[in-house]
Amino acid sequence: MVDVAIQPNRATRTGTRRRTSLRNALKRKSTAAFLMTLPLIILVAVLVIYPAFYSLHLAMLNKSMQRYVGLSNFTFLFTRETFWLVVKQSCIFAITAVIFKALIGFIVAHFVHNIPAKGQRKWRGMLLVPWVIPPAMSTLGWLWLFDPSYSAFNYTLSFFGIGPIPWTGDANWARFSVILVNVWYGMPFFMIMYLASLKSVPDQLYEAAAIDGANWWQRIWYVTLPMMRNIIAITTLFSLIVTFANFDIVRILTAGGPIDKTHIFATWAFKLGIESSDIPLGASVSLFMVPILAVAAIFILRDVNKRGNES
Amino acid sequence: MSSMAIIDKGAPTRKVKYGSISRDRAWALRWSYFFLVIFAFASLVPPIYMLITSLKSSTEISAATNPWWVFHPTIENYVALLTSSQFLIFFRNSAMVSVLVVIITMLISVPAAFALARMRFWGSATIATGIFLTYLIPDTLLFLPLFKMFAVFSNWTGIELINRWYVLVIVYPTLTVPFCTWIMIGYFASIPKELDEAAIIDGASWFQTLTRIFIPVALPGLIAATIFAFTVSWAQFLYPMVFTTSTDQLVMPAGIITTLIKGDVFNWGQIMTGALLGAAPPLIIYAFLMDYYIAGLTAGATKG
Repeated sequence: MVDVAIQPNRATRTGTRRRTSLRNALKRKSTAAFLMTLPLIILVAVLVIYPAFYSLHLAMLNKSMQRYVGLSNFTFLFTRETFWLVVKQSCIFAITAVIFKALIGFIVAHFVHNIPAKGQRKWRGMLLVPWVIPPAMSTLGWLWLFDPSYSAFNYTLSFFGIGPIPWTGDANWARFSVILVNVWYGMPFFMIMYLASLKSVPDQLYEAAAIDGANWWQRIWYVTLPMMRNIIAITTLFSLIVTFANFDIVRILTAGGPIDKTHIFATWAFKLGIESSDIPLGASVSLFMVPILAVAAIFILRDVNKRGNES
Repeated sequence: MSSMAIIDKGAPTRKVKYGSISRDRAWALRWSYFFLVIFAFASLVPPIYMLITSLKSSTEISAATNPWWVFHPTIENYVALLTSSQFLIFFRNSAMVSVLVVIITMLISVPAAFALARMRFWGSATIATGIFLTYLIPDTLLFLPLFKMFAVFSNWTGIELINRWYVLVIVYPTLTVPFCTWIMIGYFASIPKELDEAAIIDGASWFQTLTRIFIPVALPGLIAATIFAFTVSWAQFLYPMVFTTSTDQLVMPAGIITTLIKGDVFNWGQIMTGALLGAAPPLIIYAFLMDYYIAGLTAGATKG
C-alpha cells in the first residue's frame, strides 16, 4: 500500500519537473533569441518604420506644421508644373540609367569572364573602382570634368572639331550628364553580380549547346540568360530602387538646374524641405517615391521567398 | 582556362580548317582585352583626372593649359588641406562616426542574425523578411521625418541632436544594420548544423556557441559586413547635409562640398584634393581587402 501510494506520486512529480524544466529551457531559448533581436527591432521600429509613417502625417500639415490641412499639399503639387517635370525626370533618369547599367554591366561581365581566370582579378579590381569611391566625391570629379570654362572633355573634343558642349548648362545635356555619371557609378555593381552568376553557370550546358550547333547569340539567349534570370531580376529591381531614390549625383552635379529641369524626387524634396524649410511639402514630394518602391519591393520579396524555399 | 574555352565551341568544327578553334579563341581573347581596356579606362578617368588636378597649382589651372597633363607638379593643395584645422576636423568626425557606427552595427546585427538564423522563435521568419524590406527603404524618404523627429526630441528632452556629429551615429545604423544582418543570416545559415549541435552537446551555452563557433567560422562574412558598414557610413552624403551645418560638426563628403565650394569661386585644385582624400579610406580598404569587399557585395543577393 505504501509503495503503491508513493510510486505514482513520485512519478508525477518527476514528470512535471521534467516538463517544466523543458518548458523553461524552451522559453529561455526563445526569450534569449528574442532579446538578441530586440535591439534590431527597436532600431528599425523607431528610426525606419515610425519615420516612414510620420512622413505621411507631416505631409498633411501646413508649412508651419501647426494646422492639419488634409491632402491640400498634394493637390497643390499637382497644380505645379515643376512637380510634373520632376515626375517625368525621375522616371527618365531611373529607367534609362538602370537599363544602361544593366546592359553595359552584362557586356563587361562577359568580357571579364572570357579572359583567363588568372588575369580576371586585376581587371575586376580596376572596373570596380567607380563603385568604391564615395559617389559624392567622384561626382565632384565629374563636375570638374564638365566645368563650363575648363572642361577637360570639351578640351579633348575640340581636337575632333566638336564644339564646346554645355554639359550641365543645357537642360538636355544636363539630363544626359546625370545619367552618364549614374551609369558610370552603378555599372560595376551589375558587372560584379553578373560575373558571379556567370561563373555559377555549369560549363556542361555550354558544351551541350555547342554540340547542338548553337551560335554565340543562341548560347546567350538560351543558356546564359535563363540561368541568370533570377540575378538579373533582383539586381535590376534593386538598382531601380536605389537609382530612383538617388540624391548625391544630381545634387552635386546640377543641384536640379538648369531651372529645375534635372530635379528628381529626392533633390526636390531636399530643396523644398530643408532649403526652403517647408518640411510638409518636401515630405509629400518624397512620398511619391513610395509607389514605385512598393512595386519593386513586392517583386524582390517574391523572388527572395522563392529562393528561400528552394534552398 | 575553362571559361576561355566557352567562347569558341559554337562553330561547327568539321567544315573549317584545323586549328580554327585556337584562332577563334585568340581573336575572342584579343577583343575582350580591347574592350576591357576601354571600359577600365572609362572607369578610371575621373579619379585619374582628380589626381592630375590635385597636383596643379591654381595658376596652372586657370592658365587653361592641357588639362590632362601636369606641367608643374606641386603638393601645395595637399599641404594646405592637411594643415587646415577645418579639414582635419572633418576627417576626425568622419573617422569617429564611421568607427562608432561599425561597432554599433556589429553589436546589433551579429546577435540578431544568429538568433534569426539558428534560434527559431515566433515570428523570426517574418522579422528576417522585414529586415530585408527595411533595407529597401531609401534614406531620401526618411530624412525629413527624421529631421522633424530630432527637432521634437530636443524640444522634449533638451538634448540637442540637430547639428551635432553624433546624430549621425544614431541614424547611420538604419542604413547599415539591415544589410549586415541580412548577409550575416546568410553566412550563419550556411554553417552546418552539426557544428553547433556538437557545441550544445558539449555543454556550451547559446552565447558560447555564438562567440566560439559562429563568429570564428563566419569571420569572412563578418569582415565583409564590417567593410560594408564602414564604407556606407563614410560615403553617406544626404544625412550630413540635412542634420549638420556648422563646420566643426560636418563629416567628410558633406564638409568638402559645403566649405570648399564658396559661392562662385571654385578652388578646383583643393576641391579635387579634398575629394581624393575623402575617397582614400574606402579605396585603401578596397585595395587590401578586395575579395571580402566583393564577397559582401554579392552575398546580399546570392545568399538568402
